Amino acid sequence: MVDRVAANVCGYALLAWMWIRVSMSYRTSFALLTLGQFLITGLDFVAILVMFSNVDALGGFSLTEIAFLYGGSALCLGLADLLLGNIERLGQRIRLGTVDQMMVRPLSLYVQVCADEFALRRLGRIAQGGLVFGWSIYALDLDWTAARVAMVPYLLVFGTVIFLAIFTIGAAVQFWTAESSELANAFTYGGSTLAQFPLTIYPTEAIKALTFVVPIAFVNWYPSLFILDKPDPLHLPTATQFAAPVAAALLSFVAAAVWRTGVRRYRSTGS
Amino acid sequence: MRSTVSLWFAVAHRSFRRYSTYRAATFAGIFTNSVFGLIISFTYIAVWKQNPTAGGYDVADAVTYAWLGQAMIMTVAVWSGGATDDLAARIKTGDVAIDLYRPVSLLGWYLASDLGRAGYHLLTRGLAPMIFGALVFDLHYPANALVWVHFAVSVVLAVTVSFGVRMLVSASAFWLLDDTGVKHLAAVFAMFFSGLAVPLVLFPGWTSDVAQALPWASYLQVPADIWLGKDQGADVLAAVGFQVLWTVVLLLACHLVLARANRKVVVQGG
Amino acid sequence: MSVIEVRDVDRSFVVRHRSGRLRRTSTIVRAVRDLSFSVEAGEMVGYIGPNGAGKSTTIKMLTGILVPTAGSLRVAGHTPYAERAALAQRIGVVFGQRTTLWWDLPLRDSYDLLRRIYRIPADRYRENLATFTDLLDLGPLLETPVRQLSLGQRMRGDIAAALLHDPDVVYLDEPTIGLDVVSKSNLRDFLRETNRERGVTVLLTTHDLVDIERLCSRVMVIDAGRLVFDGSLEGLHGLGEARRTLVVDLMEPAPPLDVPTAQTLRVDGPRQWLAFPAEASAAPLLAAIAATHEVADLAILEPNIEDVIKRIYSTGPAPSD
Repeated sequence: MVDRVAANVCGYALLAWMWIRVSMSYRTSFALLTLGQFLITGLDFVAILVMFSNVDALGGFSLTEIAFLYGGSALCLGLADLLLGNIERLGQRIRLGTVDQMMVRPLSLYVQVCADEFALRRLGRIAQGGLVFGWSIYALDLDWTAARVAMVPYLLVFGTVIFLAIFTIGAAVQFWTAESSELANAFTYGGSTLAQFPLTIYPTEAIKALTFVVPIAFVNWYPSLFILDKPDPLHLPTATQFAAPVAAALLSFVAAAVWRTGVRRYRSTGS
Repeated sequence: MRSTVSLWFAVAHRSFRRYSTYRAATFAGIFTNSVFGLIISFTYIAVWKQNPTAGGYDVADAVTYAWLGQAMIMTVAVWSGGATDDLAARIKTGDVAIDLYRPVSLLGWYLASDLGRAGYHLLTRGLAPMIFGALVFDLHYPANALVWVHFAVSVVLAVTVSFGVRMLVSASAFWLLDDTGVKHLAAVFAMFFSGLAVPLVLFPGWTSDVAQALPWASYLQVPADIWLGKDQGADVLAAVGFQVLWTVVLLLACHLVLARANRKVVVQGG
Repeated sequence: MSVIEVRDVDRSFVVRHRSGRLRRTSTIVRAVRDLSFSVEAGEMVGYIGPNGAGKSTTIKMLTGILVPTAGSLRVAGHTPYAERAALAQRIGVVFGQRTTLWWDLPLRDSYDLLRRIYRIPADRYRENLATFTDLLDLGPLLETPVRQLSLGQRMRGDIAAALLHDPDVVYLDEPTIGLDVVSKSNLRDFLRETNRERGVTVLLTTHDLVDIERLCSRVMVIDAGRLVFDGSLEGLHGLGEARRTLVVDLMEPAPPLDVPTAQTLRVDGPRQWLAFPAEASAAPLLAAIAATHEVADLAILEPNIEDVIKRIYSTGPAPSD
């Protein structure tokens, strides 16, 4: 068991490293695409700046506070996106027969799908998110207690896991309908866009849904309430602000189940 | 002349039907557009709550704008895609040589095909999220039949302007072989300067004027202002004239670029 | 010892199709039914059948990609669908048209990656790579990215990749498709030698029956999901009651010849085609023709395995349900 996990982690690293080397052989293209990623997501934040040229606060949050939410969400999404590569193109891979080829290799299918076409250029998006996040931390007028400082990596780790799980579920659905890849976008990119703003701008039912149904609120909202010392619009127990690991674990469990079911379906239909 | 027109209709019709075969993808897309429509609507509501007259819009204008944006995103193919992607693919494989020797205008052919696609996307991914938005929020609607006509004309022109831009991007493949990078960058500009992320009227000071003079303003800001009745009388004419101007400039540019590409293909054999 | 054991294997698929605007009906298609066979270690078996007969379904079950609906499979001591990853260490697969190599990587880097993925001991890897480089003439290609290789070069590269980790069983799906005559012949030599020297068991699917004639002592024919023949190549010929064809050019056009021991297949001006039993002599037949017509030229066509198989398909057990 331990041996198999080690083999798969090792396999992931090998495949990812191979794709990095491939991308490095097209240096100019790599540089341009990384810059492109940086700019795309950069303009995303410029849009928020444009909004703030008309207002001073949104949903009771200042620009720096929203930058903190934005940066957290962008970083978590960026990291998940980097780690899972093009998992969202699973349907296309099934059609091309790539999945069959992966299944005759002595590695987990999931690991191979995630590592396939590993794209380091996604660091562009991470860099942009990191920049905004870093600036907000610098600009926020906060008393950085040990608990607050510790909460930052906590937010990033579990937020990333939540996005990993959502990406995985979105991809696994393609074992049933290959055309559904855009459906996943609603949850991944939709989710991260949502989390870039304070949830106070959404109706209470939406916040509840984002807490209990699709737990995107645990990516950065609840940890940020703690760090930024903001009131919880749902008035949930304070423990909720530390509950990200629980949400991440539950969602990962669901993701694993959906993925396994999808693979089982694929292996009994061959399509 | 009549046979050319009927040919273009046939091309457009075929393209319309081609897209209509991807049913599951259409439903998935409608869902995604609706989710983003909701997110953007609430963001705008928060903005206009703080500043009820931002950009000369009221909150209902802003929310309507959000849903018009979702309706236009696929219709004008902001992220690129559509008929022009076929061209880029055919340049890569070299099949474009066949297109260049056809006795009909390459530009007309692809434009007709893209209009067919846009028609399909407007009726599905445009209309459906718009209806959803109308059920959830109080939206503003065109005041009279004339405004509807103006809006319809403006949407067609939005597609032709976006077609011109996308065509130039795809034609870059004649020289670069791979248009991925340019396409990526073009999509970023289109996304931002069309006003999809945030209405161009919110841009501060002179940046708003600049943004509204660029071709991407035709994609969403112009049709939306017509729909919302922000342009009246002569202003409508000016707005549509602005789109016509960009259409002419861009299609002319496409024509010149394709002529050069044609010479290149003839001289170098592709 | 059997390295492949297939017992009463069934695989059905539910096929949904639109009937009308919204209604969908589904039918169950049995891609493979009551399939049983075993392959001994070191055998080289041809697995043939028309498109859609169930060949690739069988291979997918043997590699652990597909789970059988019923029946049992064992390959190299593993149950494929339950122990897919473990089995992968013991088998090699070449998917005809699609390469399993990495498109942008030079061949050598692809192999190096496979060495790590399969955890091939360093010395064994060096030895194997040297052998295959030599036998498959890969030397000049090792530094070339796979996307720049020709079809034939890529196939050689793929076959070496499938053998690097010393698998017990190799599945080759259409290994010679699209290759020129010389490349085909070289590849067949290599496969024969590898099978003999290394004792690796080979299961080969192909549309090119020359592959079978040159390589396989045993042939399995599948049609409509059933195994309709399993035996030697000679047996296959016998089963098809092979016929030879006499092609005669008469001095001038004539109506179809009427000779009791043969059947006139075709007439094209002065040229006529006559089929006669393979074991019969052509001499009396020719004499009978010469008695009534003047013969300008003649040729005899040997029985063709393709004809034989076509005949088996058409006379084989009909699908029962």
